[in-house]
Amino acid sequence: MQIISVISLWFIPVLIGFILLYGTFKKVPTYETFVEGGKEGIKMAVSIIPFLVGMMVAIAIFRASGALDYMIDIIRPGLEKVGIPADIVPLAIIRPISGNAALGMTSDMIAAYGPDSFIGRLASTLQGSTDTTFYVLTVYFGAVGIKKMGDALKVGLLADLAGFAAAIIVVTLIFG
Amino acid sequence: MVNYIWVGMTVIGLVFAAINGTMAEVNEAVFKGASEAVTLCIGLISILVFWLGMMRIAETAGLLDKLASLFRPLITRLFPEVPAGHPAMGYILSNMMANLFGLGNAATPLGIKAMEELKKINGGKDSASRSMITFLAINTSSITLIPTTVIAIRITYDSAAPTEIVGPTLIATGISTIAAILIDRYFYYRRSRKG
Repeated sequence: MQIISVISLWFIPVLIGFILLYGTFKKVPTYETFVEGGKEGIKMAVSIIPFLVGMMVAIAIFRASGALDYMIDIIRPGLEKVGIPADIVPLAIIRPISGNAALGMTSDMIAAYGPDSFIGRLASTLQGSTDTTFYVLTVYFGAVGIKKMGDALKVGLLADLAGFAAAIIVVTLIFG
Repeated sequence: MVNYIWVGMTVIGLVFAAINGTMAEVNEAVFKGASEAVTLCIGLISILVFWLGMMRIAETAGLLDKLASLFRPLITRLFPEVPAGHPAMGYILSNMMANLFGLGNAATPLGIKAMEELKKINGGKDSASRSMITFLAINTSSITLIPTTVIAIRITYDSAAPTEIVGPTLIATGISTIAAILIDRYFYYRRSRKG
């Protein structure tokens, strides 16, 4: 498991160095290109503010009222028998439905449990390792006018479930 | 669906607070939740700007195209219905590369173009073809090299090692993509046996 920590540590710095050297080699005006691309980041961050405010307030109410703990206590015994931490379930449910809502929930969990806690790491991995199935399905099929989706939704959701299981197993093995 | 979940969480929370006597906590939660969300987004700006800037360099330098040609043999196998050299293949590959580098905004238009081409191959029908379902399955299990946003959130909340989840995420996303392909194949063979 040591090797994975090393890869995690080295991956980003090496990639940055590689991109910059490769860009220079290909005679890309690196700095100007960087600035152009970066502008998009500001737009993106600002545009998700309303999504996050809406979702994080709803979760904050749900949590502060005691309803979340109540719900988790009900489902905990069943899930713990198969090794699934109950606290992660709300995120797993919302992840395929809305990317921004899931982002809000991930942030909320990282804030509540701490980024270096087991749940914090699991939420981080889960957020990064699957995509919003309903969004992709609606946008891609909607844009080209596909009305009969066939097995697409089933396949997408089952793949999400597999990703969810993989995230739990991997995080348990590495950090557990 | 999100609408129901959103309203559901809020209303259930409010009712719960009324019964449990936790109204004071709920009042505080409304304002704390909102301000935390904004703080978070401001924190996100730093890493999004940096990373999208980096990726733009990679894109302009042709790194994405390079990678795409590297993966071509593999992709041809995944989409047996797509003829060699068909424009659909190019769009599928560039969409995957954009996803790989976390360029969501670039990935979506490419993905739509890929779907358009796949629809042409399928004779313009309004039902999803085998390749479309495969493409979708791979897309929803999203292969991402760097989970930029998650790292930014972890930095905001003072993680001792914000990037330590890169390795686990890569493994998990790899497994989920392989699973997506297998599940897709399984459903395809089940369909074709039914005729």
